[in-house]
Amino acid sequence: MRYLPHSDEERRQMLAACGLGSEADLYRQLPPDVRLERPLALGGGLSEYEILDYFRARAAENASGYASFLGAGVYYHYRPVLVDVVLSRGEFLTSYTPYQSEISQGTLTTIFEFQTLMCQLTGMEVANASMYDGSTAVPEAALMAMRLTRRERVVAARTLHPEYREVLRTYGRSQGVEIEEFGYDDELGSADLEDLAARVDDRTAAVILQQPNFFGVVEEVREAAEIAHRRGSLLVVIFSEAVSLGLLAPPIEADIVAGELQSFAIPPSYGGPFAGVIATKEKFVRQLPGRLVGQTTDAAGNRAFCLTLTTREQHIRREKATSNICTNQNLIALAATVFLTVYGRRGLRELAEQNLSKAHYLAGRLPQRFFGPFFNEFVARTAARSPEEINRRLLERRILGGLPLGRYYPELSDCMLLCATEMSRRQDMDTLAEVFLGR
Amino acid sequence: MIKKVRSHVSQNEPLIFEVSSPGKAAYQLPALDVPAVAPEAALGGENVRADIEGFPEVSEVEAVRHFTRLSTHNYAIDYGLYPLGSCTMKYNPRLNEVVARLDGLAWIHPYQPDELTQGALEILARLEAALAEITGMDAVTLQPAAGAHGELTGLLLIRAALSARGNPRKKVLIPDSAHGTNPATVTMAGYVCENIASNDRGMVDVEALARAVDEDVAALMVTNPNTLGVFEVNIHRIAEILHAKGAMVYMDGANMNALTGIARPGDFGVDVMHLNLHKTFSTPHGGGGPGAGPVAVKRHLEPFLPVPRLVRGGQGWRWDYDRPQSIGRVRAFYGNFGVLVRALAYILAHGAEGLRQATLDAILNATYVRKRLEAYYELPHQEPTMHECVFSDSRQARHGVRTMDIAKRLIDYGFHPYTVSFPLIVPGAMMIEPTETESKQELDLFIDALISIAREAEENPELVKTAPHSTRVRRVDEVTAARKPVLRWRPDPAF
Amino acid sequence: MYPQEFRYTKEHEWVTVSGDIATIGITDYAQKELGDIVYVDLPRVGDAVVAGKTMGSVESVKAVSDIYSPVTGEVVEVNGALAEAPEKVNQDPHGEAWLVKVKLADPEEINRLLTAAEYQSYVEAVQR
Repeated sequence: MRYLPHSDEERRQMLAACGLGSEADLYRQLPPDVRLERPLALGGGLSEYEILDYFRARAAENASGYASFLGAGVYYHYRPVLVDVVLSRGEFLTSYTPYQSEISQGTLTTIFEFQTLMCQLTGMEVANASMYDGSTAVPEAALMAMRLTRRERVVAARTLHPEYREVLRTYGRSQGVEIEEFGYDDELGSADLEDLAARVDDRTAAVILQQPNFFGVVEEVREAAEIAHRRGSLLVVIFSEAVSLGLLAPPIEADIVAGELQSFAIPPSYGGPFAGVIATKEKFVRQLPGRLVGQTTDAAGNRAFCLTLTTREQHIRREKATSNICTNQNLIALAATVFLTVYGRRGLRELAEQNLSKAHYLAGRLPQRFFGPFFNEFVARTAARSPEEINRRLLERRILGGLPLGRYYPELSDCMLLCATEMSRRQDMDTLAEVFLGR
Repeated sequence: MIKKVRSHVSQNEPLIFEVSSPGKAAYQLPALDVPAVAPEAALGGENVRADIEGFPEVSEVEAVRHFTRLSTHNYAIDYGLYPLGSCTMKYNPRLNEVVARLDGLAWIHPYQPDELTQGALEILARLEAALAEITGMDAVTLQPAAGAHGELTGLLLIRAALSARGNPRKKVLIPDSAHGTNPATVTMAGYVCENIASNDRGMVDVEALARAVDEDVAALMVTNPNTLGVFEVNIHRIAEILHAKGAMVYMDGANMNALTGIARPGDFGVDVMHLNLHKTFSTPHGGGGPGAGPVAVKRHLEPFLPVPRLVRGGQGWRWDYDRPQSIGRVRAFYGNFGVLVRALAYILAHGAEGLRQATLDAILNATYVRKRLEAYYELPHQEPTMHECVFSDSRQARHGVRTMDIAKRLIDYGFHPYTVSFPLIVPGAMMIEPTETESKQELDLFIDALISIAREAEENPELVKTAPHSTRVRRVDEVTAARKPVLRWRPDPAF
Repeated sequence: MYPQEFRYTKEHEWVTVSGDIATIGITDYAQKELGDIVYVDLPRVGDAVVAGKTMGSVESVKAVSDIYSPVTGEVVEVNGALAEAPEKVNQDPHGEAWLVKVKLADPEEINRLLTAAEYQSYVEAVQR
């Protein structure tokens, strides 16, 4: 086995040094009825070439190289070459959590930069070192709001990503969280704030709103915050399309901002690994889950960074921790940091503006279901043919169409969610419109 | 002042915000092929943000140098032995990075139709089957994003199954040698945690367990081998005690690298377990994630697994959402696919015999380290070592040298420290896990370093207590970091 | 070392009573065991506290210790200065770094706690 360094002779020497006669003596304490007495049914080991060949063959069975108009939480954005140049450094790729500050300053510094970038983007005062993904950041933010308010009820928008809502329900069920949903405006496609106001009460810990929402529509964060705050509950703003932060006003009226960073140079990769983040006000930091890096000095007085406020975490507070999470998604957060460095102050804005222009070009050619302002996604309504049928026809033109919404919103079964980014070509958008309209 | 006066690895690197200067850029977007839309017109002026003050502005070469320089401030497996007990820092094969980046795997969307993702589904199905075979369990979900996420999923499965029988119960028992995540997970799953003491052999005290198990107990969360690197030889009896009262056995599979190919949890009474693919199956830790925490269950828990489930139909593989008893999703989409691809590549490279040999070499390496060091460091538990061994600093403590000091001194010898002060049941713990991918030559260097430090602790304790002496930064002031948290960069008000 | 007029618990809290108001803190022994204290988590004014139950925690860099209320009653004041300067608990645990003031439900309750002499010998026994 090529990854195992010992020669047979060295194994013999080491066994002898340990006073053992054979390899079987290495696990002599295992009772006979516990031992596996046959080889695993996994076949023999393969060479590099055979493995590469296997995965290339599998990759060829997936549709790639299609023009895609899928979004819905996972976006096709260009991934600058520098991202992989940095991620492939063994010092970042093959290191562990930076517990030993003296030999982890590289990782610690990049996390500190990441936390700063997240604060700059969201308008919040502190951000953690990242979470598993956007979907799990939702219940973590909700539980945080419950600890802060000592309340147990959560009111979530139906315009929050349907899978995020499912994850919220899974987490909530075992902890007795009461989850209620509020609807959307049938014309605008934004959250129905009157419905929200009717459902928020004195037991509500958090109002959860996505910006832009699942339909791509821009929500009225300030108004939602007023409604939440009037009853002493917190506003949690979720984002799933992080590039929108380059153009949209930051949700500074929120108490907690959480979201998904996939748009920042993370390949769609069939849904993961991604990275989430939670940002909040300084006064709430003690209830923030996940790792944090802080700036300090070393014994010689030089600037240094270290993990800090670790007493919130599971390995110290155990059953009273803010969460059981014991990792961030460090390499993915690093990808986001490199991405934001490459695009920078002007580039992120220009990138977001290109997304806006492309999506509006496409939307201008299709019947729209909603009329609220939107960023790079929108809902189109079909007429004679179903969304599924349109998608089948698009596949013949090597185009992946939008997401049919019927599974998540039965009342929208004649609709699909379409996304255009800087990667969408005009020619493909024209083709899509042609097929969609049945010409 | 001349700023660059030291060799590159010890040179200070400013933050990216501090090296920025207005007008620089490392990007170029293609020309827009559609009419430009004015943001204020499309979104409304109040919805458009102002310029982001202090955001980075650097050129491409400056960006490359910034991150490359910072990288050299890290230690990594690629530099040498990384003996963090319980963390399983083994070599990360680079082939796995190549396959995960193939266009047809990295650039597929989770909402592509099943018929256009058959290759991805085949990979997932093959990995599920391999993990079921390795663990001896009946079904596997690949959805959980990390080990702790797998733990939560596993306990929610137990809760759902017990609820279906009429009573979710109240308590989960945890041996005092457990990982810190276990108690936190118990709370998140809505249970109360109760500790079970270890006996003097460092194993679960079976009699104490029998007394603790009653109708309120939902499960025992056991790590096997445990955090002392000791196999729970009474595991069959332990499972019987729980099953007799209608409770279940959850196994934390963080240490599966000590069992793969020689024993299977499914054969010794485990009902549900998680695996850390970033440990046993060598997906890179990346400075702390991403990992993956698949959960394997026995048949009776299968109906409760998260949706969707991968099933084989007439048209090939597809996702099945029709699972009325499911606990629901634990995350969006299907799991950390890119990590899962790497883990399968690792399994394919080893094959059955290679995986078994990896386990044997991991045990051999830990046993060898233990044998050569036991004359110099106190070994509080005498049971045979599996994949890791735990010493205590009690001999060195007589000279005022504690486990953290020895750990820091190891850095001066060119190694990453072992795990410090864990498990909690060993005061002054030094937890060493070499893994199978360390050569005898590297192990001997490491052992010689620890022997040398033991001598220094007697002859020159101050040298050890003030270590490390050779690093870019010295010991950092964690107290001030926690008392006066500075968690983000801000522009210097002086400018 | 330990003020005579205070009463003490085996969990290393002290309490002193004036009228029906009890002032509570942690002992010098406790702050030494914890090391550099970086954060103090206290109940809010108006919270009910129960003798023997957790009412907050003190944190060092790598450890958290619960604070158990020595008495039963309602919190009427918390020491806000500790939020900015937790190091005061290390510097003056029996004075400036008091934690909370509680309006006692039962002023007699305090008599069940350890005297300074009893606490002193308890701590000496623990240290052996």
